[in-house]
Amino acid sequence: MELRGTPVQEGTGSGPLLVLRKPLSFWGGVDPLTGAVSDPRHPRHRERLTGRILVMERTIGSSSSSAIMLELLRNDVAPAGIVVGRPDAILVLGILVARELGYPTVPLLRVGEEAVARLQMAEGKWGVISGDSLRVEPAQGSA
Amino acid sequence: MTSPSLRLSPGEDARLAGDEGPAVALAMGIVVRMAEILGARELVEIASSHIDGCLYHGDGGVEFAERLVDLGGAVVVPATLNVGALDLLNPARVRSQGHKREMALRLMRAYQALGCTPTWTCAPYQAGHRPALGEHVAWGESNAVAFANSVLGARTNRYGDFMDICCAIAGRAPRTGLHLRERRRATVVVDTGRVDPDLKRRDVFYPVLGTWLGATVDDRVAVVTGLPGTVSEDQLKAVGAAAASAGAVGLFHVEGVTPEAPDLETALGGAAPQTVLTPNPRELRIVRDTLSTAASGPIDAVAVGSPHFSLQEFRHLDKLLPATPFAVPFYVCTGRSEYRQLEASGHLSRFLGAGVEIVVDTCVVVTPILPPQGGVLMTNSGKFAHYTPANTGYGVVYGSLEDCVSSAIRARVSRDECLWS
Repeated sequence: MELRGTPVQEGTGSGPLLVLRKPLSFWGGVDPLTGAVSDPRHPRHRERLTGRILVMERTIGSSSSSAIMLELLRNDVAPAGIVVGRPDAILVLGILVARELGYPTVPLLRVGEEAVARLQMAEGKWGVISGDSLRVEPAQGSA
Repeated sequence: MTSPSLRLSPGEDARLAGDEGPAVALAMGIVVRMAEILGARELVEIASSHIDGCLYHGDGGVEFAERLVDLGGAVVVPATLNVGALDLLNPARVRSQGHKREMALRLMRAYQALGCTPTWTCAPYQAGHRPALGEHVAWGESNAVAFANSVLGARTNRYGDFMDICCAIAGRAPRTGLHLRERRRATVVVDTGRVDPDLKRRDVFYPVLGTWLGATVDDRVAVVTGLPGTVSEDQLKAVGAAAASAGAVGLFHVEGVTPEAPDLETALGGAAPQTVLTPNPRELRIVRDTLSTAASGPIDAVAVGSPHFSLQEFRHLDKLLPATPFAVPFYVCTGRSEYRQLEASGHLSRFLGAGVEIVVDTCVVVTPILPPQGGVLMTNSGKFAHYTPANTGYGVVYGSLEDCVSSAIRARVSRDECLWS
């Protein structure tokens, strides 16, 4: 499967898809030191975002989520790429600041809500973000 | 290099090119890139900013603020500061030590060096920072954004860390979202007609309504109908804080109460609503229950004041203060502006004498203040209820201020359930 979208932050990245069904606030929801979901009320509590292609409809909650995004990049525990359904102005800001400070960045691709809904079935499969596309391949090791 | 849809004025172009120095160029560069991402056609001049970036989340934020200072950055509009990670008036209050403490202090100092006003509060609107109806501003801190838009009728999007200071240095924000009149129109009607009028007169209702609103309407603009005309500013701030914790709410209207909703038709901009919702008492009771991880049994601390406690809330608490000491720590988080007014009026000693621990410049869910052994925290704040488990490791119980006081005396949950049955 290949989905096309708008690259909000250009770049390439690949990893297993982590598809969130419930929105997540990075502030209060993700540990900036480990990259793990830290909100005990979130269904993916304790799972690490690190190295995954994070798929979610949108971000919610505190605007401090940009700061957590910067810390994840700085601490080298960020997702390998982020795919969102709706425009996101909060995570991309953390990525822009990381770039200003000279840290490596990750791509952020907006694909629309319908595409994110289609990705609900792709949990764990291998995702590759490149340019304006997200390519979904069988899980690595099972191909 | 800007996208063809975004047009900058000659002055904005010059700032972007570095005519006013490297800090302005950096800040303007980020504002312009965000404007492009958001699809704005132009920038809007802002009158003030509230800066959320001064709370320490890690060394990256310090590095960015100090970069702006090193480049000679300064805000060009009045800018208040949100909470930091330290209580500067009572440094022993916060337990963090070593590197973390030093970096939190460096961050707070860097923002002051950029010319921001050291208000250190999440409720700048209680510290005299109250933009006018229709004024464009760039505010951070989700509860403050909801308050500025909804209660004051100022116009701001939800500006996160970094964007707030960039806007304040550039003096501009992308003209998009809630800066546009048409995007402020309600599309959802929330009719509270099925809720018991007695419940609607109580403070304890409003964080629950806010939580329901955030989870249900999310980033759509709602107009709430059927609330009593006596709804207070503290009740509205509680709705906004809870709504912005549970969803991406940046603006809500209350018919007959908030400035852009003198009546339903005006709030809807003359159009028909896309959705009409009528929350029922059972639904709200369930939402109330989701604010707690425990419903009974022992508690280990009480914390109120998220958003920061107002003087009106202090007056309310004053009437409830018990003659016997509290059995668990009772924290009230507030701004230094409120603290100094309490001090000046002679009321501070009443609270200190009753064993209330007043936390200033910060709050209990953003920095280690609660006793380290953990346990269960009771609160009347929807925002504290939302963030306590993840940020502090404590369990949480939600109740009214009266419930919080009576539970703190007994060290056990004691709640008046009759309003919810």
